[in-house]
Amino acid sequence: MRENVVIRTVVRLAVPFIQIFALYVIVHGASGAGGGFQGGVVFASSFILMTIAFDLAYTRRRIGSRGTMICSALGIAIFAGVGILCILYTGNFLEYGVIEAALGIPHLHGYLIDLVEAGIGITVMAVMTSIIYDMANRGGRSA
Amino acid sequence: MTLIDHLPVLLVAGPIVASLLTLVAGWHDRRLCYPITLAAVLGEFAAAIVIFRQVMDGGTVRYYVGGWAPPMGIELVIDTFGGFILATIMLLALMTALYAFRSVKKEVPAEKTVSFYVIFQILLAGLIGMTITGDVFNLYVFLEISSIAAYTLISATRKPHSYVASYNYLVLGSIAAGFILLGIGNLYVATGTLNMAELAVMLPASYDLATVHAAFLFLIIGFSIKAAFFPLHLWLPDAYTESPSAVTVLIATVMAKVSVYALFRFLFSVFTMAYITESYPVTGVVLLIATIAIVAGAILAIAQDDLKRLLAYSSVSQIGYIMFAIGVANRIALEGGLLHILGHAVMKGCLFMVAGLIIYRTGTAQLSELGGIAREMPLTCAAFALAGASMIGIPPTIGFMSKYYLVLGAFEAGLWPYAAVLLVGSLLAAAYIWRFIEIAYFGGHHDEHHRTGGREGPASMLAPTIGLSLLCLLLGIFVAAPLETIGLAVAQLLGGT
Repeated sequence: MRENVVIRTVVRLAVPFIQIFALYVIVHGASGAGGGFQGGVVFASSFILMTIAFDLAYTRRRIGSRGTMICSALGIAIFAGVGILCILYTGNFLEYGVIEAALGIPHLHGYLIDLVEAGIGITVMAVMTSIIYDMANRGGRSA
Repeated sequence: MTLIDHLPVLLVAGPIVASLLTLVAGWHDRRLCYPITLAAVLGEFAAAIVIFRQVMDGGTVRYYVGGWAPPMGIELVIDTFGGFILATIMLLALMTALYAFRSVKKEVPAEKTVSFYVIFQILLAGLIGMTITGDVFNLYVFLEISSIAAYTLISATRKPHSYVASYNYLVLGSIAAGFILLGIGNLYVATGTLNMAELAVMLPASYDLATVHAAFLFLIIGFSIKAAFFPLHLWLPDAYTESPSAVTVLIATVMAKVSVYALFRFLFSVFTMAYITESYPVTGVVLLIATIAIVAGAILAIAQDDLKRLLAYSSVSQIGYIMFAIGVANRIALEGGLLHILGHAVMKGCLFMVAGLIIYRTGTAQLSELGGIAREMPLTCAAFALAGASMIGIPPTIGFMSKYYLVLGAFEAGLWPYAAVLLVGSLLAAAYIWRFIEIAYFGGHHDEHHRTGGREGPASMLAPTIGLSLLCLLLGIFVAAPLETIGLAVAQLLGGT
């Protein structure tokens, strides 16, 4: 693609704000509209924007195929881990209240929701990014 | 609360965690994928059996995810019907997992094996979720998970045609999912709840609303596409023929049965018997289409040259038998229908495994090239003959018992002509099963030169095949055991939950 200073500069400026906004959406999910899925998509959109404005190799230097794979596994691991932790504290799956009651830390269930949402967000971000990599990669190699 | 109380949610979370483990392990070493998958499926099978026994001993098992009680939260429910289906699909999934190892090695490109096993687990997670959820929207989510996993698995071969088959299924599957989502949305608008038990209580007040009628039609059409109910079966022959053999076995047995289960669930547990026979009588139409499906599917099967495609059209015909039970809608016919869900899963699983074994050895499933194959693969063809006998409905196999109950049910409802069609369907089944038997046992004396000695497929593929074919016979002889469960399940379905 032809070098375009305006696009590249704007993207450079916009990406950090998009990512901050994504984190805000994820964290906001516990108490209002928002959540891990939406936040993860917004976060992935920053990588997609980078891929469009620069090129695939540029984005891959930030987060490669190995990175997206680790992130997608890590996110589900956090989600399932918190869920199973609740079972270990004799609650139902994802019943955060029991951990809060057992440890006596106030508002712990809110933090646990944030943790689960972060897990979802990481996985969604990684999977969305890897889908874009596969679509943009015309070599036909599978990641 | 002990661990046993958490089994319902572990059944859904288990395959997801297992797929994650498979992904990480496969990244380290590709050969680790299969043992993890097999161990996971074994564990899920054991869990399914434990839950099934729990349901039979102590009645319906309920689990509130996150500790939130139903109207607010999502509920997992396993009643007799759900437990029966769960045990059936996990048995077939276990057999498929055993069968998959060598078959996948041969048919799936090496660089795709890791993703294959990962998605295999996710497909199971979706199907188990559909079976045990008590929430209609949750059911939709699991349906999408399993569908997307299935599209991917179908295309996991070296053959370019599989991409086309997968894409066609993707388009039709998405249309089906759209219908189902619209139906669920309408139900939510009419009642304000998504919980199945609550819907069953609240719906009768709005049985005359056009919104509810629309929801009902959307759901019926959507699930008919997913279950490949004639004439909405167009995705099925390609998808079954082109996918890897292990995937064919899985989607033709487990996935098809779960779609049918979801349809039964909506018809009898969410809507009720009163709705489908009085407020919005559809049983007559379903019965008519089911009989057409039985005959048309069988005739199309007779016309095929490819063994897998023949079996795929036979599935269209057999789904007709199960839908016939809905059309007749009395106790005996429904018992026959549920028995046929089990029976058809077992026999069609066996037949597709035979097709996979033949492809494994000869590289083709073209009937014209399989002359005299029984001399090389006697055990494989014997398994086909036994499962085929069950498909036709020769006593004392399971196929005979289920058709017997369907015919009895039709008699009881006074539907004599329809009962006759069932028998015609059996005759046509005899015709397409016999085609392969004749070619395999009596055909092709002339082309012995290009085959080297009698060789069966690998033991790990042969054992589940023979196991399933014997199961066709054993289930038919000891039919009282499944019928006891089915009787309870039908009583629950007819009485509403």
